[in-house]
Amino acid sequence: MSTLNLALRDSNTMLRRNLLHMRRYPSLTLMLIGLPVILLLLFVYVFGGTLGAGLGPLGGRADYANYVTPGILLITVASAAQGTAISVAMDMAEGIIARFRTMAIFRPSVLTGHVVGSVLQTMLSLAAVTGVALLVGFRPTAGAVEWLAAIGVLTMITFAVTWLTVALGLATKSVEAASNVPMPLMLLPFLGSGFVPTDSMPTAVRLFADYQPFTPVMETLRGLLLGSGIGSNGILAVAWCAVITVASFLWAKALYNRGRTA
Amino acid sequence: MTSSRKPAIVTTELRKSYGDKVVLDGIDLMITEGTIYALLGPNGAGKTTTVQILSTLLRADGGHARVLGHDVTREPDAVRELIGVTGQFSAVDNLLTGRENLNLMADLCHLDRAEGRRRIADLLARFDLAEVADKPASTYSGGMRRRLDLAMTLVGDPRVIFLDEPTTGLDPRSRRAMWHIIRALAAEGVTILLTTQYLEEADQLADRVAFLDHGRLIAEGTPHELKRLIPGGHVVLSFADQEGLDSAARTFAAATRDDAALTLQVPSDGGVGSLRSVLDHLDRDAITVAGLSVHTPDLDDVFLALTGRPDTRAGRSGHERASAR
Repeated sequence: MSTLNLALRDSNTMLRRNLLHMRRYPSLTLMLIGLPVILLLLFVYVFGGTLGAGLGPLGGRADYANYVTPGILLITVASAAQGTAISVAMDMAEGIIARFRTMAIFRPSVLTGHVVGSVLQTMLSLAAVTGVALLVGFRPTAGAVEWLAAIGVLTMITFAVTWLTVALGLATKSVEAASNVPMPLMLLPFLGSGFVPTDSMPTAVRLFADYQPFTPVMETLRGLLLGSGIGSNGILAVAWCAVITVASFLWAKALYNRGRTA
Repeated sequence: MTSSRKPAIVTTELRKSYGDKVVLDGIDLMITEGTIYALLGPNGAGKTTTVQILSTLLRADGGHARVLGHDVTREPDAVRELIGVTGQFSAVDNLLTGRENLNLMADLCHLDRAEGRRRIADLLARFDLAEVADKPASTYSGGMRRRLDLAMTLVGDPRVIFLDEPTTGLDPRSRRAMWHIIRALAAEGVTILLTTQYLEEADQLADRVAFLDHGRLIAEGTPHELKRLIPGGHVVLSFADQEGLDSAARTFAAATRDDAALTLQVPSDGGVGSLRSVLDHLDRDAITVAGLSVHTPDLDDVFLALTGRPDTRAGRSGHERASAR
């Protein structure tokens, strides 16, 4: 069997293992979808009236539903990432990884199984959350091309965040720690343009918000789905995703190959 | 055992340390194909580290190790094709069922579907897991989990199997079931390297035994040879009076007497044969004995004999030190 063939076959086997885990343990997936949905409802129906009024003289709850959805989508990505970190750390705590290491298989397949599985899981979560957003008043103006582009952007950021959390899951010593490590990711949409425009923030916070990776991603999504201006955010979003993906991939690979001496 | 068989595992001057803590201090092993070899020693002796190096999980700091002719450092994948490892900690996927775990192994061993299915059905039956095959592994008992673990190791039909403390934590019945399985594997010509803390286990299973302490090999040989190094095995005869002790002491010249306690320690391997011989001698010389107990050599004795200090592990009480077997 050629190396490529072997790599694909083993990665596929590991992916099926991870998908089976998700099916066996659906409460985790539900919990990961539940959090962004609750935040969405909270921000539209509790804070939405006031926050919407802040968007402009004619803003209201309906405008805020549109404004907040891209932020909620990134919360969904971050929330799913938490699940990834937990399942990677759980895996590493089990003896089965040691078993995989003693088998003549494509070594990174354990990681690619987690990554592809998690990306699929996150995309499903994103679809579910988008569905709820449409129900509560999200009215995108996007055509087919814009939708495809938006899905592309979401896939890229999901891929980047998933590799990052796989590395974080490998780096932590326990499952408990792994469940907390991605928490800052959940805060990034808040400390960006996810919930309110950054120009309403004090200077120090605004500088952070303007230059952190989630902001150009959210602005790009907003532009694609709602027709606001994208400007340089598109390029920035793609660049951030690429940098995070490559750096996290290399980090995860190094951590995995270093192994653990239990 | 024929001497014409090839070596399956050879190590020379194997070394490993973590910082300034030396874990393996030059280990030389030579394990013949198709035999059961036991690495015996207390926790921290270097048993697991040896297995981890030989199974390509760890890289040695120095020395060489070859498995079926392949260098573990330079050709890890060639080694991985030939070995199976059952570690100290359960290596089953708890979220999957027993059958799914075996399926996973069949896929990773790149077996074709029919062949995989046939082998899995065979292993489930052989390891007495057919009834629970479709239950999640998390619901299995310790013995079932260990059997599944070993069954997963066997899916790839390995020629060399590493078993790191295969019976630690098992109840006596499961332990015996595991011994039975290990013997059957060896009978098929598979080479088995197992680690254990129990002398009895090494005695029951192994063709050869190596004794490890602080990363050094302090004794190596067949269980019989090794036990001869240990003076711990003896029969204690107790007497009602000085007269009985005197006459018994004349019968057993090699024995040690304790005049205060009126006891005589007769060296013995603790087996039925040697016990019978002691009884025969007593009978022949018409010596009346008030009491008799058998002391089987165990790990503590090995330790005392080979290192001059007792095994200091906590919670050890004389393992299987039955008064008659």
